[in-house]
Amino acid sequence: MKMTARSVVLALVLIGLVLPIFAGTWQTLRAAFGILPALGAVDLSLEPWQRLFALPGLMTSVWLSLWTGLASTLLALGLAVGFCAAMQNRLGGISRWLAPFLAVPHAALAIGLGFVIAPSGLLVRLVQPMMADNVPPNLPFPHDPWGVALISGLVIKEVPFFLLVILAAMGQLPIREHLATGRALGYGKGVVWAKIIFPMIWPLIRLPVYVVLSFALSVVDVAILLGPSNPPTLAVAITRWFSSPDSSMILPASAGAVLQLALVGLSIAGLILAEQLLARIGRWWVRRGGRGSAKAPALQLTAFIVILLMVLGGLALLSLLLWSLAWRWPYPHLWPQGWSLRNWANPRDTWGAALYNTALIGIATTTIALCLAIAWLEAEGRRPRAIWAEALIYLPLLLPQIAFLYGLNILFLQIGIVGGYLSVIWAQALFVFPYVMIALSDPWRALDPRLINSAAALGAGPWRRLFSVKLPILLRPILTAAAIGFAVSVAQYLPTLFLGAGRIATLTTEAITLASGADRRVVGTYAALQALLPFMAYGAVLFLPAVLYRNRRGLTP
Amino acid sequence: MRLSILASLALAMATPAFSETWDETLAAARGQTVYWNAWGGDERTNAFIAWASSQTEAAYGVKIAQVKLSDTAEAVTRVISEKAAGNDSEGSVDMIWINGANFASMKEQGLLYGPYVAALPNAQFVDLSPSSAASVDFTVPVEGYESPWRLAKFVYTYDSARVDAPPKSAADLLEWTKEHPGRFTHPAPSNFMGATFLKQALIELAPDAAVLQQPVTDAAFDTAVAPLWAWYDAMRPNLWRAGETFPENQSIQEQMLNDGEVDMAMSFDPASVAAGIEQGLLPETARVFVPEIGSIGNISFVGIPYNAANREGAMVVANFLLDPATQAHMQDITVLGSYSVLDPRKLNAEQAAAFSALPSAAALPSVADLGPTLLEPHGSWMTKLTEAWAVRYTK
Repeated sequence: MKMTARSVVLALVLIGLVLPIFAGTWQTLRAAFGILPALGAVDLSLEPWQRLFALPGLMTSVWLSLWTGLASTLLALGLAVGFCAAMQNRLGGISRWLAPFLAVPHAALAIGLGFVIAPSGLLVRLVQPMMADNVPPNLPFPHDPWGVALISGLVIKEVPFFLLVILAAMGQLPIREHLATGRALGYGKGVVWAKIIFPMIWPLIRLPVYVVLSFALSVVDVAILLGPSNPPTLAVAITRWFSSPDSSMILPASAGAVLQLALVGLSIAGLILAEQLLARIGRWWVRRGGRGSAKAPALQLTAFIVILLMVLGGLALLSLLLWSLAWRWPYPHLWPQGWSLRNWANPRDTWGAALYNTALIGIATTTIALCLAIAWLEAEGRRPRAIWAEALIYLPLLLPQIAFLYGLNILFLQIGIVGGYLSVIWAQALFVFPYVMIALSDPWRALDPRLINSAAALGAGPWRRLFSVKLPILLRPILTAAAIGFAVSVAQYLPTLFLGAGRIATLTTEAITLASGADRRVVGTYAALQALLPFMAYGAVLFLPAVLYRNRRGLTP
Repeated sequence: MRLSILASLALAMATPAFSETWDETLAAARGQTVYWNAWGGDERTNAFIAWASSQTEAAYGVKIAQVKLSDTAEAVTRVISEKAAGNDSEGSVDMIWINGANFASMKEQGLLYGPYVAALPNAQFVDLSPSSAASVDFTVPVEGYESPWRLAKFVYTYDSARVDAPPKSAADLLEWTKEHPGRFTHPAPSNFMGATFLKQALIELAPDAAVLQQPVTDAAFDTAVAPLWAWYDAMRPNLWRAGETFPENQSIQEQMLNDGEVDMAMSFDPASVAAGIEQGLLPETARVFVPEIGSIGNISFVGIPYNAANREGAMVVANFLLDPATQAHMQDITVLGSYSVLDPRKLNAEQAAAFSALPSAAALPSVADLGPTLLEPHGSWMTKLTEAWAVRYTK
């Protein structure tokens, strides 16, 4: 019986979540090689590729993607590791500050950051009294051609994620003992981290690093809001080609999507190669036995940079809120000149529908993902885990969205379900499910088996064990997984845009569309709401268990 | 000349090919929700569409749901993918705010329903003679495949507190940028506003602007564009960020004007500055100017895709947009401030009075200030011009 339940769950996940990705990629691949019957293109040809490579700025776009993707990922990783090393004893307190940054969708942060770093933005206004001129300086941010603004935006968002992942990994290792041994042998703190602790942490955080790398290489929303524009990064260029008035551009755009896929594949392969290489050099470096400085100045610096970045992120969110309440806030005023509740006052005609859609889709997607994840973990039982199936779950996080979403769009059109809640919820579930699995699987597997055994010995069947023992004990991790899933759903841009046929307006799609308009105050309202919603979900995670378990001291923290 | 004869022939044949009477259309439309795909970057337009929905719902039982686009081409792509998937009658796009290249592309591929304009009762208020502005869209004959709804005319906007004498010509603008490096830019030419800026300069600078009304040829293009590139190359180093990067569209540039990052912006809506001030989006000192030779003008239309699920509802909405009362409401500076597409000679006294009763504003230009209206070049020029620009100036 257990076996069949397990096959059902496996089949459901594979058909519902993995198959669409392969099917979508297949459609994109066909279009990249000239086959898109809808456009009358039926012959296998390399023409889409020739057209792609003839597009102006293509190579610059490719380099920009590679540079911003790799630089932001490695920088964020380095900063996060350095920060953990520097702040090791205070990490418990700091991890509480991570939640807001993890909850905030990329787009909201990018919109706010775009204002903070602009020539007429908050930072310049801070130092403006010291400037002779009353005209904003000629600064290239955001949208600078080197991608610095884009990299900063990505790093601000990825550092907290890496911190969380590293903290989780540190919990599984005897860090304190290693550090004590190292220090006793005369090694500086930073050197112990670099030589001993990081090599042990790396295997535990490798997958999240790949996920972040793939994301950074192919992100669309943040790159539109902060990245270079002439030409933009490859993923943005592809998105534009897909929506060009000249419909035959879909073919080279598909070829571009395949190129994007290759870019991600090659980058991850490059990272694996670098890992091998570093492992060799590292062994030699460890044997050499340099002790380094006990003061670890580099660590102090990284900690400083991380705090600086978080302050920048905080300012970005604050300015969103200020803009949504401002009437006029012209340069060089540090504070709005006039206030207005106009943008908040009339939800029925403005943000009400988007908020409703976002919440509805978020709740539906999270519920589906959570049920599937619990079913998956429960069915896993005592049998050996199907590693290959598990690897497939994470596929949507490793593949660039643009590579399969257009193909998926065509596929859903053929079934006739595009443009409704169903297709959007389905598409978002592809991305929400893996995150829920990541968040839930470790605590689930770590559950003390003696509790289950006692329940079984007392005569509880599998259902009763699940509902009366496992779920109540695991309530906190389940809620955390739900909050993460909800935040991921709220932040989805491309899946909502493509598979909602633009009809399903969420806070994210509205905020990004409005960001191409003139009214920062309206954008501020949508982006603030977009940030607020997942934040409330995280708040509920802290609040609910405390209320539900007020009479069960053993289950409250 | 040949073109206009063809156009009038087409118009003559464009009597409604559908047996439906207007009453039947109204009956079929009742209860429908029209998904109007419209650029969503302008909050006032969005608010106007929401208002229109409440009006059409009350009068005809037709609701409007705006699908906010960041680029009109998104809707075109959607219709194409639906056609690709064999969805020929239940399309998700009921109506598109459209003109220019998107219209030409959809019409050519048979993606538009029509001709339907002549079937709209309120079409009687529009000048639909073959050479009128409402009958030709970027030199492509409309032939009843899209219905006009708002007027657009290219204007520069500037902050009179920072710019004393706005440049009166392309040559003046070049001089001005030399004196004020980094204070002028234009939207990226991949955006229609940026393309219009180039076209406006092209009309001013081309040795013979008449060729622009014909489909482009390689030889004609090279001759016509040579002075434009010379002018642009001279100006580019003095553009904002040395002409290496450009604002995405005119709204972003308007925001930059408000922020003081540049001294000028541009718009297709002569009332946009007055509207911006009224909304707190521009300083009180912002004003509009037009080059001495005049500026490009065109009309925004609404088109109905061939597979629209709510076609009748879309026709009711298109008709509502042409209602003199609606047009007067749109021209109200506190609403949209967009000039009417109706022919004033076709309105009766009562209808005309609604227009003359509208409020005025200091930043609102008079019709005389706006100068002559220049014709849009043939659509093929725009495509070739923006492609050539991308090749020249994209690294």
